[in-house]
Formats: sequence, C-alpha cells, structure tokens
Amino acid sequence: MSHPHTPVSSRNLPPIPGPLSAEIRGQILALWPRYPSKQAVTLPALHLVQDSLRCVPNWAVEEIADILDLSPAEVHDTMSFYGFFRTEADRLGVKRLWVCRSLACSLRGADELLEKTAALLGVPVGGTTADGAITLELAECLGACEGAPACMIDDEHVHDICDMTKMTELVTRLKQSSANKH
Amino acid sequence: MSAYEPVLLRRLGKKECQSIAGYRADGGYKTLERVLREMTPDQVTTQVKDSGLRGRGGAGFPTGLKWTFLPKGHPGPVYLCVNCDESEPCTFNNRVLIENDPHQVIEGIILASYAIRAKTAYFYVRYEYGFGTRQIQKAIDEAYEAGILGNKILGTDYSLDIFVHRGAAAYICGEETGLIESLEGKRAWPRIKPPFPAIEGAFRKPTIVNNPETLANVVHIMDRGIEWFKSLGVPPDPKNPRDAGSYGPKLYCVSGHVNKPGIVELPMGVTLRELVDKHGGGVWKGRKAKGAIPGGNSMGVIPESEFDIPLDFNGPGTVKALGLGTAAVTVFDEETSIVDVLYNLCRFFAHESCGQCTPCREGTGWMLKIVERIRNGQGRREDLDILEEVADRIGIMPGTTICGLADGAGWPVKTAIRKFRPEFESYLKEGTRGGVRLKMAGAH
Repeated sequence: MSHPHTPVSSRNLPPIPGPLSAEIRGQILALWPRYPSKQAVTLPALHLVQDSLRCVPNWAVEEIADILDLSPAEVHDTMSFYGFFRTEADRLGVKRLWVCRSLACSLRGADELLEKTAALLGVPVGGTTADGAITLELAECLGACEGAPACMIDDEHVHDICDMTKMTELVTRLKQSSANKH
Repeated sequence: MSAYEPVLLRRLGKKECQSIAGYRADGGYKTLERVLREMTPDQVTTQVKDSGLRGRGGAGFPTGLKWTFLPKGHPGPVYLCVNCDESEPCTFNNRVLIENDPHQVIEGIILASYAIRAKTAYFYVRYEYGFGTRQIQKAIDEAYEAGILGNKILGTDYSLDIFVHRGAAAYICGEETGLIESLEGKRAWPRIKPPFPAIEGAFRKPTIVNNPETLANVVHIMDRGIEWFKSLGVPPDPKNPRDAGSYGPKLYCVSGHVNKPGIVELPMGVTLRELVDKHGGGVWKGRKAKGAIPGGNSMGVIPESEFDIPLDFNGPGTVKALGLGTAAVTVFDEETSIVDVLYNLCRFFAHESCGQCTPCREGTGWMLKIVERIRNGQGRREDLDILEEVADRIGIMPGTTICGLADGAGWPVKTAIRKFRPEFESYLKEGTRGGVRLKMAGAH
C-alpha cells in the first residue's frame, strides 16, 4: 500500500514543536457532531494536521488519539494504512507534486516524465528537494485521464504538463512561490 | 438516428452551471420539491426500481432493488454513503459531474436519502478531487442556505444533512465496505459479506452506498419517468438469463491513444468502435488500435477485432472481459507492446492491494514480478501458464478473497494472455530485442 519512497532525513530538519494549535484542536472538535463515533474523525483530523504541518508527528498522533478517545496505536494504524500521510522525519515540502503513472498516462509518456522529473529535482520518487520546496510523488490514477499525462499540485490537477519543457517551467514556478513563502 | 441530446451533462460548460442560482434557473430542485410533497419514500424506491437503473460504479447492481434490501420499519438511523472514490484507472465521469454540476448530484442524493429514509448522507470523495470537493462543499453550503438541506427541507417534514468526507489516496476505498471502514476512521479493509451494508453498514447501521452518476440518474428518472429512461439503452439479452438490461444514459470516458480523449454521454449500448472512432476522434498518429480496456483496468484487455461489442452491462462479457465496469475505455495503438500494457496494469494492482487477504496481497505481487521478468527479457516458457493459474485462483469468484480487487487484478492477466498469446510467446522467444528495455512504445 505505502508508496515506495525513501525517507530523506538528510534534510536535517528541526523537530516540529507541539502541541497542536488551538485552531486545529478546535477544527477537530467541530467535526464531532458529524459522526456517531469519534473514531470517524480520525481521517479528517489527520488531514487537518498534515495540511498544517506537512506531516503528522508522533506527538500529534497521541494528541489526536487523546481528543478522539482512542489509543495512539489505533490512530497510527489508520494513518499508516494510507501511504498518504507522512511522519515527521519524512515531512512534505512546501508543495507536493504528483505525476500519474496509470495506464492512460503511461500510454502518453508518464513513466518517462516521472523519471525525468525526479532527475530534474535531484530526488527519488517520494523525496523532497534540499530546499524543502517540492516533494515528488507518483500517483495511481489522478482521474484526469483526458489530459494525460496528468499531474497534480497538492490536491489540484494541473493541466498541460505534457513534456519536460512544461515540467521545468512548472518546477521553476513552484520553487519561486515557495521561496516567497519563506 | 438523430444526435443524442445529453441529459446528465446538459449543463456542462454553461455559465453558472455550478451555482444554485444557475441550477434553479434551469429547473433544478423542482423535481425534488414535487417528490417531497407528492410521493412517499416507497413510491420513489418503486419508480427507481421499475426504471431498471443499475449502479454506474462498476458492478451494475440494480439500484432500486438494493434500496429494498433495507430492513423494513427499521427505527434508524439509516445512512447513505455516496461513493465518489472513483479510483478505477482511466475513469473520471464523477469528477466531471461534481466539478461542473454539483447541484444535480446533490438533488440525487436528497431524493435517494428520502427514498431510503436517511437523515444523514456522507459524501466520500477521493483526495485527488480537490477542486471537485470544493465545488460540492460550496454547493452543499448554498443548499443549506436555500433551505434545501438541513431541517424541514423546502418546508416539508423531511430533514437531511450531507457531510463531505475526504479519502487519502487509496483505491480500495472505492469498494463499498472498504469505504465504510475508511469512513469509520479505520484502515480501509473490506468486510466479509454478508451482512451486506443494507443490513449492517456504516456505524453498524443499515447503509446504502451509491455512486454520484447513479444518483444523478435518479433525478431524471423522477423527473422524466420510467418510460423515458427505458427508451434509452438496451433491453436484457435473451441469451443471458442473468442480464437485467442496460437502460438509460451513460457517461463514457475515452483516453489513451485517441485523438480526442474526453467524456461523452450516450445511451447505453454504443459500440466500443463507435466510441473510439467517432467520439474519441479515432486512433492517434494515423495508426491502428491494437486493443483497449473496455471499462477501467479491472475489466481486462480486448483486441481491436472485438471492438464491435456494445458497451452495456452485457456486452463486454460476451468476449470474456469481466464486464462494463466504469465504461472508461483506454485505447492502445499497434506500436504498443502488450507486455508493457500488462506490466502497467499489474503494477497498479500490486500497488493498490490492501494487503488483507493473502492470495491478493501475494498474488498481485507475484503477477507483477513475473510480468516484469518477461518484460526484462528473462521470461521463462512456463511463465504464461503460471500467470494464468495465479490469475484464476485469486478473487471473490474463486472464493479466495474478501473483495473483488483480486478479480480485477486477475482479469487483465487472463485476458491479455488468452487474447494476445502469440505476442507474448514471440516476446519470450526474442527477449527484449538486443537487451534494450522497451518503454511504452506508443508514447514516442
């Protein structure tokens, strides 16, 4: 299930300090009334944390478990099932760039696009660039097959990234926007 | 035959196609209002059942019949889960619906929820549809504001809440009980059935799981009636006693080596050939097609010589493909190696097997390794037979797994080897033509 990515601990990142902000705690608590069980809030809570911290640190797993009356093992069990969530050592860059490799995209050059993008960024698939700007991911069908090969930034499809010229432009744009964020 | 006028996609590309004002200006929510005032839930169920509507998610189970499986007189709660996980490769019809006409889907959700007496509906949507998720959420907010969701919808006694629940990039969440487990906050391991979700589903309560396209059809069945719905599509095949017919409109996705990849709405039963040649603009680069998957990866592979099958619930089975699936056609041209196509399909299933059942977890991995070995020029003579044997033994049909993912993984292997065996054999004999690993040939 999990993506075959290599943890890029060489980035030597400082630990993310806990606890969760009052805002995130509030957002998690606000989801309670939607479901008849607190456990159902697990996935939305993991999303809220990762959206904000670019990973789900162990202390956040414990905190989510505490809020939802679960054992940390239960939260971790769910979290680790989805290759989607990242640990602190393996946290995401500012932007997550997905390249689809399923059939419709592969037939239009996706495998090569993914391979060359990894070379361009100097990271393995799943890795994050040294400047922390971009994490490269492979995707199994993004559901944007009419624009194959399909790519996605975080959760929005980007269109027309059909070759390395376009990909290089996209990468430059992403790096600039992340530099502006710092 | 005159050109078919789209129904489900009729508002696509129109100004204001996403807003509640635009939807209402086009007559939206009038059907809902009439149904809530004039019909009982059971009458809605009966109308949907009698229309012959079958689920658009892949299995084609009769929708109204599914609704009747709910326990009679249950004190509740009963839940509707909308399955917008849509992760079958090459499929994007529900994405187009929620991005462009979210209120049509919401009207369908309310009608279905009314019919099954649900007061809560969960809209489970795959993470990859960020834009669509925001469109649906916006539409839900608008509907609450307009009194179309929440307490006492449109002044009637019926109340409903819809909550959006995002997935996290796992194919298995499209399996209805995997979806339910995921919704409950657990790993998305499918459940052993029975009990089916209609008896014991989300939060151990009776639950109906339906696909957005199916629910969009419900709006038009309630609006235009059974006769209209049955005037489209194909009646049951008299040669197949298990065929319940394929009525109504269908969204077909076309992708791969065609000139115009995209989505088209047609009455059920268009031939694969017409879809490729007419609606997909023909095979690209002036080449011929070698084959296609007729309805998402799980349905298997068929050669160009079988492109005259109708894409209805019965058609693909007549050439021993698994079925219609999601009606997402992906074409590959004559320069593409079937070994590469099969490698891609096996890689997908090995990646997405949830790991719960050993035959699937190990079998999808074995099949990938063997196909990879063949592809790298190290194939053995017995490999094709081993592949077929593994493919035949994993899945819910041979009775070795809990859900159908493994059947879907086996079908591409079986069909590719049975329908393209000479190409595999010559590949085995000649290896990789001088040690060069082939890429997806058609991509170049």
